[in-house]
Formats: sequence, C-alpha cells, structure tokens
Amino acid sequence: MWQEFKQSIVVSIWFVFLTFPLMVVRVNTMEDLVEWRWMNIAWVAIASFLLSYLWRYMLARKQVRKKVEEEGGDTRSKLQIMLENESLRFKAMGVLLVAALVYPQIFDTYQTTIMISALIYVVLGLGLNINVGLAGMLDLGYVAFFGIGAYTFGILNHHFDVGFWMMLPVGGMVGCLFGVILGFPILRLRGDYLAIVTLGFGMILKVVLENWGSLTFGPSGIANIDKPGLFGLDLSLANHTIYIYYIMIALVVFTIIVTNRLKNSRVGRAWMALREDEVACIAMGIDMARTKLSAYALGAFWAGMIGVVFASKTTFINPASFTFMESAIILSIVVLGGMGSILGVILGAFILILLPEYMRAFSEYRMLIFGASMTLMMIFRPQGLISGLRQTYLYKGAKEEIDNG
Amino acid sequence: MAENKHKLLEVKGLTMDFGGLRAVDSVSLDVHEGEIAALIGPNGAGKTTFFNCVTGIYNPTRGDILLHPKEQKTRRLNGLKPNKVTEMGLARTFQNIRLFQGMTVLENVMIGRHCRTKAGIFHAILRGKTFREEEQQIVESSYQLLEKVGLGDSANEFAKNLPYGAQRRLEIARAMATDPLLLLLDEPAAGMNPQETSALDQLIVKISTEEKIAILLIEHDMKLVMNISDPVYVMEYGKKIAEGSPQQIKDNPKVIEAYLGEEADA
Amino acid sequence: MDYFLELFFGGLTRGSIYALIALGYTMVYGIIQLINFAHGEIYMIGAFVALIVAGVCTIYGLSGVAILILAGAVAIVYAAAYGYTLEKIAYRPLRGSPRLSPLISAIGMSIFLQNYVLLVQTADYLPFPRLIPDFAFMEPVAHIIGSPELVILVTTVVTMILLTLLIKKTRVGKGMRATQQDMNMARLVGVNVDRVISMTFIIGSALAAIAGVLVASYIGQVNFYIGFLAGVKAFTAAVLGGIGSIPGAVLGGLVLGWAESFSAGYISSDYEDVFTFGLLVLILILRPSGILGKVTKQKV
Repeated sequence: MWQEFKQSIVVSIWFVFLTFPLMVVRVNTMEDLVEWRWMNIAWVAIASFLLSYLWRYMLARKQVRKKVEEEGGDTRSKLQIMLENESLRFKAMGVLLVAALVYPQIFDTYQTTIMISALIYVVLGLGLNINVGLAGMLDLGYVAFFGIGAYTFGILNHHFDVGFWMMLPVGGMVGCLFGVILGFPILRLRGDYLAIVTLGFGMILKVVLENWGSLTFGPSGIANIDKPGLFGLDLSLANHTIYIYYIMIALVVFTIIVTNRLKNSRVGRAWMALREDEVACIAMGIDMARTKLSAYALGAFWAGMIGVVFASKTTFINPASFTFMESAIILSIVVLGGMGSILGVILGAFILILLPEYMRAFSEYRMLIFGASMTLMMIFRPQGLISGLRQTYLYKGAKEEIDNG
Repeated sequence: MAENKHKLLEVKGLTMDFGGLRAVDSVSLDVHEGEIAALIGPNGAGKTTFFNCVTGIYNPTRGDILLHPKEQKTRRLNGLKPNKVTEMGLARTFQNIRLFQGMTVLENVMIGRHCRTKAGIFHAILRGKTFREEEQQIVESSYQLLEKVGLGDSANEFAKNLPYGAQRRLEIARAMATDPLLLLLDEPAAGMNPQETSALDQLIVKISTEEKIAILLIEHDMKLVMNISDPVYVMEYGKKIAEGSPQQIKDNPKVIEAYLGEEADA
Repeated sequence: MDYFLELFFGGLTRGSIYALIALGYTMVYGIIQLINFAHGEIYMIGAFVALIVAGVCTIYGLSGVAILILAGAVAIVYAAAYGYTLEKIAYRPLRGSPRLSPLISAIGMSIFLQNYVLLVQTADYLPFPRLIPDFAFMEPVAHIIGSPELVILVTTVVTMILLTLLIKKTRVGKGMRATQQDMNMARLVGVNVDRVISMTFIIGSALAAIAGVLVASYIGQVNFYIGFLAGVKAFTAAVLGGIGSIPGAVLGGLVLGWAESFSAGYISSDYEDVFTFGLLVLILILRPSGILGKVTKQKV
C-alpha cells in the first residue's frame, strides 16, 4: 500500500518535471510574450498520480489474463462470446442493416454526411485490414492508393468527363495495379522495413501530387468533380447526400461480404499463416511473394475504389487530404478495432470517426487520443476491441466415422 | 538391405559456407523408400544447416540434392525456393516449434494442404461449387490427419494453447498434409519426457509403415533413434563421420569419441 | 567553384545534423531491433524546450552565446528524460511481443507527442532567437560557410568524439556493445540489460536534442511538426549507412546531406524530398544492410 503510494508520488513528480517547460511556459517569440500556466502543474500531478495506479492495475490484470490463458482458461470478453454465437451475430447484423437503411430518413443532411465519412473509413479500414490484420504487412502509406483512386477520378472527370459509375471499378483497378507495381519490389522485405518503405511511397505520392502541376493542378487541387449520377436525374444537395449514403452502405456490405469470404478461404488462410510465421509458411509450400502481393494489391483495390467515392462526395480534392496522418488514422482504426477482425474494424471506424464529430470537446484531442490508443492497445489489448472470430469447420466424413465406431 | 529398395533422396557432397565458416562439409546421404533414416551428431555438428540446405532455406555452396520420385523424372532441388521443395515432395518440421500460433489446430493442418489445392481469389469471392467442394475436401483430409496424430479432439483449439508434445505432433500432421514423399523431422523429441518420446517413436513408425512416407530425422540424443532408425548417419564438425546400421554406429569408435568428447566438454 | 564549395559545406552541415539524429535510430535498432518512430519527436521536443529557455531568457533581456549553451543543456536534459520515459512506458512492456507491436506503439507515440506539443504550445512556427554571432574571423569565407554552419560542424565533431569515447572506454559503452552482440549472453555475464537499453535511449535522445538546438538556431524557427520529416530523413541516413552501425549512421548522414544539397543546387529543389524517400525505398529494397552494415543471416 505505502509502497504503491510512494511509487505513484515518484511518478507524479517525474511527470511534473517532464511536462514543466512545455505545459507551464508558453513563449511567443514573435510578440515577446511569456505566459506562465502554473495551474497545469497541479493537473499533471493529480492526473499522473491517478494514472499510475490505473497503469499498475492494468499491467497486473494483463498478467492474470496471460496466466489464465496459459492454463487453457477462457479470457474472452462478454461481447466476444456473444459475437462468436453465429445466429446472434446474424440477427444483430440484420438489425444494424435496417437501422442503416432508415438512418438518412430520420436524420438530417449534416448527420448523413458525417455518417458517409464514417462509412468511407469503414471500407478503408477493412481494406487495410487485409494487409495489416490478415497478412501482417504493416502498410504506413495506405493513403497513397486512396489518393491514386481519388486523383484518377478527378483527372479523368476534369478532362474527359468520365462519370462516377464508370470510374468506381476503374479506380479500384488502378489502385490494384499500383499495388502490384509498388508491391512487387518490396515483397522480400522484413516487416519493419516494409512499413518504412510503404511510408516512403505515401510521402512520394504526396510530393508528386503537389509538384506535378500540369497533371494534378498542384497544391490547389481539382475542384468541381461530378457527383455520382442517377439516370441523369438532377438531384438536390440533400438528396444527393442520401444517394451517396446508400451507395456507401452498398459498398460497405459488398466489402464485408468479400473480405469475409476471402478471410475464410485458402488464400485468406495463407495470409494469416504468413502473418504468424513466414519461414514456416514457405516451408509448408506457400509461395510467399505471390501471397503477399495478392494481399497488398487487394488492399490497394479497396483504397482506390473508395478514393473515387471520396472525390465524388467532396467534389474537391487536393494533396492535403492524402497525408501520413490519414494513413495513421486508418491504421489506428484497424489497431483499435482488432487486427484481422472485420467486426472490430467496423467498430473501430465508428468510434474513431464519430466520437470526435459528436463530442466537440473530444475533437481537439482527436489525434492525441489516436496516438495514445495505438500504444495502449498494443500494451494492454493487442488483439483489439474485438479479436478475429475463431473459424470452426464442419467435418462430415470424420464425424460419421466416430458415430459408426 | 537397402540395395533393392528405391532410392528417393540422394545428397551428394553437400557443402555450405557462411562467410569463412564451413558449416557443412561435403556430406553425402541417401534415403530410400520406406526407410526411417536418422542424422545424429553433437550440438553444432551442422545437422540443422544440412536440413535447411535440403529444404531450400539456404542455397548450398556446392553439392547436389536429387529427388527421385518413383516413375518420374529425377529432380535437382538445389536453389529451389522452400515452397517449391515442398511442392516436390519434401516436408519438414522445425527444431523450435514453428506453428501458426494464432490459428486453430485444424487451420494449421489446412495450411499444409495449400500447395495441393488451387482455389484463387476469384473462387474465394464467388464461392462456386468447385470452391466449396475443394474447401470441404481440405477440411476432411486435414481432420483425418489430426485423428491420425491423436489431435482430433483439439481441432478447434488455438495452436498456442496445446501442450508441448501435442504441438510437436501437430507440426508433423501439418507437414504430412503437404502429401510428402519424404518427411524431414528436426529433433522431434526435443524437450519431451520419456512417455511422450515413446509415443512419438510409435507415431513415426506408424507414418513410415502405414502412410508409406520415407522419413529422415535429426536427433541430438543418439539413444532415442536407435530403436526405430536404419540407417543412421553421424555428423561432427560439419563432416559425416559414420554411417550404417544402429549396431554398427554404436560400435564405431569415431562416434563414441565424438559423443564422449562432447560429454567431457560439458 | 565557390558555388560548389557552398553546396559542399551546406551538405556537410545538413549531413551532420542528420547524422546526429540517425545515431539515435541506429543505436536503438542495434540493441532492440526497433525502429523508434518517435525519435523525430524527441528531436522536436529538444528544439522546443531550447526555444522556450532561449525565448524566456531573451524576453527577460538576456542574450548571447551563453544562453544558447544554457538552452542546449536544458534541451538535452529534457530530451533524454523524454526518451527514457518513452522507452519505459511504450516499449518496455512490449518486449517479447511480435515484432510489429513495438513499431505500432512507436508510431502511436510519435503521433501522441506531436499533438501533445501542438496542444500545449502552438501550431504556429515560432522564431528562434538569433544567438550565434557572426564571427569576425569567418568574414573572408562567409559566402561559402557562415558562422552558424561552423558552430554546427564543430559541435557535431566534438559530440562524435565524446560518443566514441563513451562507447569505447566506459562501462556503459561496453555494456552497450555486449548487448548489441547478444542480449541474452550479455545478461548472463552480468550486464544489466534494462539499464543499458535505458542508457541507449538517453544517449540517443540527447544527441537528437543537440541536433534540435543546432537546427533551431540555424534555421531560426521551430514548430511541432519539424520532427516528422527530420525523423524520416535521419532514418534514411541510418539505413543508408547500415542500421545498427554507428560509423554507418555518420557516413549515411553525410552522404544524404551532400546528395540533397547538390541535387537541390544543381537540379531542382521541388523534388528534394521525393529524392530522399526514393533513396530510402531503393536502399531498403536493394541493399537493406546499407553501406557499412553486416549482412545478417536468417536464423531458422
């Protein structure tokens, strides 16, 4: 007791020291002003004192969980157990789908717009989940493919008036093509190097978009991109938003079905095996290059396709939308939700995108919390909020054998 | 006794250098159909490096690795990627167990079926009849393999939650799922207690006789292999120092010296 | 010729900054095989703390080189403290986790620290007081190399010499070298590995802070975002020289500095960053062991 108290006091003093210059002093060297915010010392002291208790408690809990797991015990959360029940899962999904369908009829255009961007992140998260969650390839430049999709649509729409529906699959395929081209040379790389190379890709794309003015219109971007057409009808802004919303719902459902099918297939299992152990994977006869490339290119496909929707929704794109921060947001969706878990990623996207929208106080601290949550999840809950559901298979022949014998 | 049997794997003068270090020095070794051959030797003798060369993880500096499948063309395995070697019919286990820890026991074995099945991305998305049939066939055959190694009841557990001995058996089942002609086992009994070891010995003999898969196993402890293996090859300091029946090996002064020397060092 | 020399010294200055930051990456990677993604943020915090100290001093009427040294000292202490805390909170609990976990944690910390500084300070670029005087003796060569550049070069050289002595001669340095060779073996022979790792973070962070102070007083402004780009570039330098190798980090930093300086001077500066990232991508793909790094064989 006393020991813990002393420890927390030390932590508290340490953090007061650590945060002193940055949190207490604020200089404005332009106007020669110094601001002293002494109250912050108290806040830091109290917060770090309490958090150190919480930290120790969480670490202890993690140890207990680990021990229970080693002894073959069950450490799944209630939510997890509920979700592993298949019929319950389908019912819940049905309810959610109905709710999603009536949503724009109940809420106004503003709410629908916010929901559209959350849905965009759901698809981006599910796409990145193929790379990071299933195949274990940490892609820090995922936004590059998103940008490629958006710009492909923006440029072709600007010069040749190509419409949204035409471009939706084309955007995906262009993303996929770039995935193959960029993915090819990096397949041999180790996990952390691959992460940095993909980060490099993302940065390169942004600089190219900014500087290749003749093609991309530079930092000022491309404006007046067409919204999706509906049999040539002239829709009002509100109706257009609703229309795009339904397009997104359809895309989300499509993405969920496809990624779920991929996950539970020969290819998906190979991805997961690759994530677990590369050497064992190739020793079991899996072609590593091919498997990695398929994951990378498929992840890129979703980003490219959703880039088209994004460009069409905002009608304006510029390089500022495709920064590393955007990649980091998508990554934290996957990490928070649960790497490899489709339901987890969906939940992660809603939490991380909707929470800052609805809680204004929260929005200022958005990126701060994203960053902290990535670290905290890695330490305390690496499987994410919802971990990948365990796939069980029915074996007929073998069962009969047991029944007969 | 080996003369009239079909020669399956033929390794001739295999040499592996790491920089200036010669880990394996012109080792030759044959495995015939139906055999349980053993490669033994003290720690650091180069046994695992030899395995890694044969299975394509390292590209050997010199030498030939030839596979003679029955009624088929002889194939040279040098320089092939590990997955190609596995496709040719060599499957292996690892000294330090390398299972796919976060996947279920059954899924681990299903991965072994990967190179014998075909369904691609589009099949997976469309889920046609062929896909579903192939998928079911993967599940069935994998489950049967699990039954064979005695893990049928744990099919849906996570691999990481299996006890140690069961993990070793799962590795064997996973390797067998690739339909190998030859199974290479790297210290399969390492870390096992005597009961587990004898169960493992029985399993290996069963695989050899019932499944007609030839086996090459590495063992550090020579007592363990003497009951089930013939022939036995002995390596020390990267060189092959002896080969023959277990009895011949036991009586070979060089082998005795190699093992005694090690005990004296320890 | 003068233009060439100007670019040469410009590249040298830049390169030595990259080298100072790259050392932190390379030392940490050498010991725990982690790309400390938040290292650039430590550099930024060093620069920011220096700005605060120097700013407060100048506003209260003090100035001169002494202030720069004071600001530098405080920045070093704080950067080291942040580096130490970072390791303890975000990386130590993840030892033995899958390889990508600490990297993701590091990315999280990078984002966190950036936004922490953004929130408690400002999003604006703040001017850094001019504290390095123009030395009279530099007059004749001022069009090729200015006084701030000279200060940067001299500081870097002195720091490098001190670092070399620290690693070659002291107990801590020996522990670091032993841990780098084989962590388990080092632990067996009585090296306190946890302390060595902490020390590595402290030293690496202190070096980054030195770079931060030098850059801030050279460029003349500081912002919460400066760490990201500098971090990626310094990492490029570390990889270029061979990650894990200390002389490699210095060599990589200099090569990158010159490459950037000459390509911007003779070709175009529009695509300067593309050039750096392209270089990073190419080295990682073609020769991930860098110029001086050892080719490690995969253990099975």
